Amino acid sequence: MFLESFLQNLLNALQWGSFYALIALGYTMVYGVLLLINFAHGDIFMVGAYIGFFIATLLLGQYAGSSPSLSPVLVFAITVVVTMVLTSGVGVAIERIAYRPLRRKGASRLYVVITALMCGLILENGNLALLGASRRNFPEMLSKTAYNIGGINFTNVKIMVIMTTIAVFILLETIVRKTRLGMAMRAISYDRMAVPLMGIPVDTVIVFTFILGSSMAALAGVLFATAYPVLEPYMGALVGWKAFIAAVLGGIGEIRGAFVGGFLLGFIEIFVAALFPSTLRDLIAFSILLVFLSIKPTGIFGVSRATKI
Amino acid sequence: MAILEISELTHFFGGLRAVYDLNMTLEGGELMGLIGPNGAGKTTVFNLVSGFYRPSEGDVKFCGKSIAGLRPHQVTALGIARTFQNIRLWNSLSVFDNLCVSQHHQLGYGFLKSVLRTRSFHSSERKVRKTAEEIIDLLGIRHYALELPKNLPYGLQRRVEIGRALCLRPKLLMLDEPAAGMNPGEVDQLIKLIRWIRDEFKLTIWLIEHHMRVVMNVCDRMKVIEFGEEIAEGTPSEIQQNRRVIQAYLGEEEPVHAHGM
Amino acid sequence: MRRNIPLLGYVILCALTIVLAKADILDLYVQMILMFIGISIILATSLNLVNGYMGEFSVGHAGFMAVGAYITSVLNVMLFTNSSIFGPPLLSPSSAIIFFPLTLLAGGIGAALAGLLVAIPSFRTRGDYLAIITLAVNYIVKSSIENMQVIGGARGFSGMSSVINSMKEVVDLPWTLIWILIATGATVWILQRFVSSIYGKGIIALRDDEIAAEIMSVNTQRMKVVAFMLSSGLAGIAGGLFAHVLGYINPGTFTIMKSTEVLVMVYLGGMGSLSGSVLSAIGLTIALEAFRPLQVYKWVIVPLLLILLMLFRPEGLMGQRELTDVFPRLRRWLGLKPKLSE
Ligand SMILES: Nc1ncnc2c1ncn2[C@@H]1O[C@H](COP(=O)(O)OP(=O)(O)O)[C@@H](O)[C@H]1O
Ligand SMILES: [Mg+2]
Repeated sequence: MFLESFLQNLLNALQWGSFYALIALGYTMVYGVLLLINFAHGDIFMVGAYIGFFIATLLLGQYAGSSPSLSPVLVFAITVVVTMVLTSGVGVAIERIAYRPLRRKGASRLYVVITALMCGLILENGNLALLGASRRNFPEMLSKTAYNIGGINFTNVKIMVIMTTIAVFILLETIVRKTRLGMAMRAISYDRMAVPLMGIPVDTVIVFTFILGSSMAALAGVLFATAYPVLEPYMGALVGWKAFIAAVLGGIGEIRGAFVGGFLLGFIEIFVAALFPSTLRDLIAFSILLVFLSIKPTGIFGVSRATKI
Repeated sequence: MAILEISELTHFFGGLRAVYDLNMTLEGGELMGLIGPNGAGKTTVFNLVSGFYRPSEGDVKFCGKSIAGLRPHQVTALGIARTFQNIRLWNSLSVFDNLCVSQHHQLGYGFLKSVLRTRSFHSSERKVRKTAEEIIDLLGIRHYALELPKNLPYGLQRRVEIGRALCLRPKLLMLDEPAAGMNPGEVDQLIKLIRWIRDEFKLTIWLIEHHMRVVMNVCDRMKVIEFGEEIAEGTPSEIQQNRRVIQAYLGEEEPVHAHGM
Repeated sequence: MRRNIPLLGYVILCALTIVLAKADILDLYVQMILMFIGISIILATSLNLVNGYMGEFSVGHAGFMAVGAYITSVLNVMLFTNSSIFGPPLLSPSSAIIFFPLTLLAGGIGAALAGLLVAIPSFRTRGDYLAIITLAVNYIVKSSIENMQVIGGARGFSGMSSVINSMKEVVDLPWTLIWILIATGATVWILQRFVSSIYGKGIIALRDDEIAAEIMSVNTQRMKVVAFMLSSGLAGIAGGLFAHVLGYINPGTFTIMKSTEVLVMVYLGGMGSLSGSVLSAIGLTIALEAFRPLQVYKWVIVPLLLILLMLFRPEGLMGQRELTDVFPRLRRWLGLKPKLSE
């Protein structure tokens, strides 16, 4: 009985942590390259979910029934890919329009952070203004099937979310270790002067980082909407802040940190909710974070740079 | 009387042994040198004395009292001031304010008085300002007193940093490579300045320096370390003849004075 | 008495405002905006102490505001009103007029103690990691209140207007406005004196180079505690006042959104410029009011304008300068001493 409920919660935590992990990636990669906390990133996740909504509706509306060649799985795959591409566009646009000019002017890092906060507000409220406050239901592309093995309930969607996240982790680690751009990304976070020496323009690396980060947020958006099919303009705000916390918990600037931090936060939240009244969830989760960061300020994988004097 | 006694001082950075079993004594009024190749652990010794690192082993005694384990501002308050290898002035405070803030421990008032501006607040601020102005005049930098340090030429910034240390009214002044990055003219001035400070303020000076002209000209005595360990100690002329020092410094048979002249 | 020109000017200005308010020449709407401006000034200048002068990045100012708001409100409602939660008043309602500053101060002290939650980790942590800690504290405060059913939990807490009313019954004056004017003046006065003293400049030294500050005799840990507690304490007082303007508060009033608003004021005005914070608090409060007819679009237009502003002035309106640096003649006018004796 105890083991069952433990495993059940573990599975839920893995799914919940997956969303945090995928979003935390964007925070962590941008931070590694620019030392910028991109506070608009949670809203990029929201934008991803909405773009996914429109594409899926479009595909289903047009072809439902009439074109048997588009199986639900295919619709889902197209939705995911197109959403990732379009959302990357949004992420890169924000970098080009808002962040880059400020950087060029040599503004203090914190002014860029404030600009990021403002961009987030524009995305949230622009959405609210354009689409109205009504919630939207994300169309069901994959029919949910529930399984029960040994008393543990799960759906195909849950499994897909977890598997996708693990695949993304492997993919990104490979990109960062094996491709030239990926290595340049890592090089920048170690030494800002090194990358021009490698013959890669810094701006290219930055744009690449935003593409990776935004497309992962878009992926998280579509997956989230598939699992919890209700969309609203502020859906990215709280999840975004928490994903950011997950990134820091893991050690910001580290890809594996984003995953471990994301899953860890997922575990803390789910298990706190399972053991205590659910209203205490945030309180306990954030208290754990506070204590943890007070003891190990740089997160799990972060290393404190020695200050030489 | 010995002003500073260092015994069996050892420090590790992780697995790296930066300072090992260092023993030395500074007499009051002495001008002592500390030299050694890059990475020998000289700055680390200063950091250990000023309390920035806690020694892995060994002890540091200042005026007979152990200061190992004190926080840096406490060490400073006892009378040890220093400058840094890479200039560390506060760049958004004026030169004058730099010299005032470094007397923080002598303020004698806290938050409440800073707001209420009682009589003791005014008298202690006046005293601190007066000290700062005295040092400014002694160093001949009144003209730049309201400038931000980052707008001054390098040599002057060094001078301001020394002034900031002097404002602390130290008994021991530690200078970490004060001539680094100076042009020959500035180095000449620096040599004069260091001697003059010692005579004017009657304090003990401990100096890390690569510039042999500075070391040979101002130090009474010096210690040479390599890989954190002492390899020689003596007067400048003794050190100049020491074969081990010549090897450590140059890695080849060449007299020390050929370097940096 | 040359030295007191700024103080005198402010007192006259306040007296004038109160007379005009009493005579209904300033209608309730204008009074309301004035009150919001005052509260914004307290919030922005106090956050500037930590984010501007000390160079940390606190994003949880609203959390401290909440602590002060709840402590002051609960005390006042408990002591001076007949409420469904606490029963009959413990003191006579008319005594509120005397005790209000004390309950306000109690809120400030409570918030200052909550500031320790950030100050102590700041000994070891700086920059972005400390930012997370402030964020976490903001959430912790908010969800602690949500879980305290005695004081209304997530549903909120009210009854503050009857406290104000009982003050008005004793002497019919716009009391909330008066307290806000006093608190605003006091805040700017305290902060200005603090940061211009040599003691307070230790905080700027800490921002520029913490290692040098500590080695050059500044007790950095003590300075951090002072700065965080002062900043959060003032935010608590602002919270207490805010609660009495609104008459009703709930934990949702004090989210990251509120913290963001204050952050924007600080950075728009210029990090490390008190006059900048005052100006931008006034400007932004008025702008947010003026754009109210735009409804949903308000929160699209305002951030857009702010982004443009930052592009044109990437250090904020004032940078690190004060009005007296921009207009040196002001120094003489206000009777300030020259910076260096001749
Ligand atoms: N904070 C630190 N963390 C790790 N290693 C350090 C640190 N500071 C200095 N070191 C190492 O300790 C050795 C001595 O450094 P240092 O005292 O700065 O040398 P010096 O001043 O003689 O040139 C060097 O190898 C240096 O890399
Ligand atoms: Mg050195």
